[in-house]
Amino acid sequence: MRGVKIAVVFVYILFLMLPIYWLLNMSFKTTNEILGGFSWYPQEFTLESYKTIFTDPSWYNGYLNSISYVLMNTVISVSLALPAAYAFSRYRFLGDKHLFFWLLSNRMAPPAVFVLPFVELYSALNLFDTPLAVALAHCLFNVPLAVWILEGFMSGVPREVDETAYIDGYSFPHFFIKIFMPLIAAGIGVTAFFCFMFSWVEMLLAKNLTSVAAKPIVAVMTRTASTAGYELGLLAAAGALTLIPGVIVIWFVRKHIAKGFALGRV
Amino acid sequence: MIAGWMPHLQAGDFALTTKTVNQKAWFLVLPVLLIVALNAIIPLMTVVNYSVQDTFSPGVFFFEGTKWYRDVLSSPRFHGALGRQFLYTAIILAIEIPLGVLVALAMPRKGPWVSVCLVLMALPLLIPWNVVGAMWNIFALPDIGLLGYGLNWLGFDYNYTQQPVAAWMTVVLMDVWHWTSLVVLLAFAGLSSIPDAYYQAAKIDGASAFAVFRYIQLPKMKRVLIIALLLRFMDSFMVYTEPFVLTGGGPGNSTTFLSIDLVKAAIGEFNLGIAAAMSILYFLMTLLVCWVFYTAMMRGEES
Repeated sequence: MRGVKIAVVFVYILFLMLPIYWLLNMSFKTTNEILGGFSWYPQEFTLESYKTIFTDPSWYNGYLNSISYVLMNTVISVSLALPAAYAFSRYRFLGDKHLFFWLLSNRMAPPAVFVLPFVELYSALNLFDTPLAVALAHCLFNVPLAVWILEGFMSGVPREVDETAYIDGYSFPHFFIKIFMPLIAAGIGVTAFFCFMFSWVEMLLAKNLTSVAAKPIVAVMTRTASTAGYELGLLAAAGALTLIPGVIVIWFVRKHIAKGFALGRV
Repeated sequence: MIAGWMPHLQAGDFALTTKTVNQKAWFLVLPVLLIVALNAIIPLMTVVNYSVQDTFSPGVFFFEGTKWYRDVLSSPRFHGALGRQFLYTAIILAIEIPLGVLVALAMPRKGPWVSVCLVLMALPLLIPWNVVGAMWNIFALPDIGLLGYGLNWLGFDYNYTQQPVAAWMTVVLMDVWHWTSLVVLLAFAGLSSIPDAYYQAAKIDGASAFAVFRYIQLPKMKRVLIIALLLRFMDSFMVYTEPFVLTGGGPGNSTTFLSIDLVKAAIGEFNLGIAAAMSILYFLMTLLVCWVFYTAMMRGEES
C-alpha cells in the first residue's frame, strides 16, 4: 500500500517535470541542433539564447515591465482588500452578501469579454501602454480573490481579540496595524502570493493593454513566436526564465500554500 | 453557551448572530468597491452598448435592438464553440477532480517530503499561460518534441497540428498537466485538517481503507472540493491563452473554444455587435453556473 502511494506521487511529479525538462533542454541547444532532430540532451551545450535575452533591451525590458505591473498590482490588491475583508469577516451591513457575490462574480468573468472595453477605458484615462494600466486591469480578478482569501484567514481569528483591544482603548487603525495584521501575517503572505501569481500568468489583458513602452514579456514572446519564425531556442530560454519568479515566491509560502489554496477555509 | 439554552439554534446560526450589524463597515469596503466598479461596470456598460447598436463609421451608431443577439443565438459558429466549450470543461473536470483527489490521498501526511512535493506540484500553476502553451508546443512537436516523437516511435500516428483528435488530446493533457495540482493542493489542505485521533479510532474499529475514505476523508474534503470544482469550472470555461498558443484554435475550428472565438470576432474581425452580444451571453452563462456553486458553497459553510 505504501509502495503504491509513493509510486502514484512519483509518477505524477515525473509527468509534471517532463515538459519543464524539455523546455530547459531546448533552451540550451543551438537552433541548428533543434531543427536537426530529436535528442534527449543538448549535444552542443550553449548559453547563446540566454545571452541574447540578457543583452537585447526589447527582451529584458519585457521582464522588467512584467515585474513592475505585477508588483504594483500585488500592493494595490492586498492593501485595498485588507479593510474590506475585515468588514466582511466582522460586521453585517446592508447588502453585504450581495456585495460579496458581486465581487466574486468578477473573478469569474472571462477576461476575453473585457479586452476591447478595457482598451477604450484605459486609452480614455491616458493610461494605455503603461504598467499602471495592466496593474489596475488585473485588479478586476485579483481584488475579489484577495478579499475572499483574507476573509477566510480573518474569520479564523477569535472576535475576542478585537473586543479586548477596543476595551484597552486602541483605535481601529492602531489595532488593525499593530495587533490584527501580525496575527494574520501568514494569510497576508498567501494573498500576496496569489495576487502575484495570477497577475504574472495572465496574458490576454497584459498584451492588449500595452503596445511598445510597457510591453510585458508574455507579449514579447508571442511576437517572437509569430514573426521570427522558428527561433525555438530563444523562445524556450525566455520561457525558462519566466519560471524563476514563481519558484522564488512559492519557496516563501511553502508552509502555508495548501491552506492558501483552500482560500483560508480549512 | 447561548446554544445551550436555545437548543433550536445551530452552530451556523450562532456564528452569524455574533457578527455585529455596523453600517459604517461600508467605508471599509468602499475602496474595493470603487476599483472593481471601474474595471467591471464601465466596461460592461460599453459591451451592453455595443451589443444593441451598429456602426458604419467611427462615432456613428444606430440602435439595432436585439438583432445581434438573434444573430449570435442562431449562428452555427456560436453553437459549435459553445458545444466544444462544454465538452472541454466536462472532460477536464472528469479527469482532474478524481486524479487530484487520488494524488492527494497518496501524499505523505507529514515530514520533510511534504514541502518538496507541494513546491514541485505547484510549479505548473506559476508559469505564464502563454509559456505553458509554448512549452507544450515544443513538447508535443512530432519530430523534435518528447511527447510527439515518443508517441510516433511507439507506433501511433500523432500530429496535433493536422489531426483534430490529436489536437484535442494534447489540449486536454496540457490542461491536466497545468491544473490538476490545484485540486491536489486543495484536497491535501482538506485532508491535513483531519486529526490523527480519527484515523486511530478507525484503526481500532478495523475500518477498511474504503470506509476511512468514505466516512472520514471525503466529508472533510467536501468543502474544498466544491471550491476546486468552482475554480476549475470557471477557469476552464474561460480558457484562452494556452490552447490559443498551442493550436491557434485549429486544425480548422476543432479547438476553437468560446474565448478564442470571441477574441477572433472582436479583435480579429472587428465585428463589435456580434462580439458584444456573445460577451453578454457568455458572461450570463458563467454567472448563472457560479451562482449555483456559490449558493451550494455558502450552504456548506453555514451547516
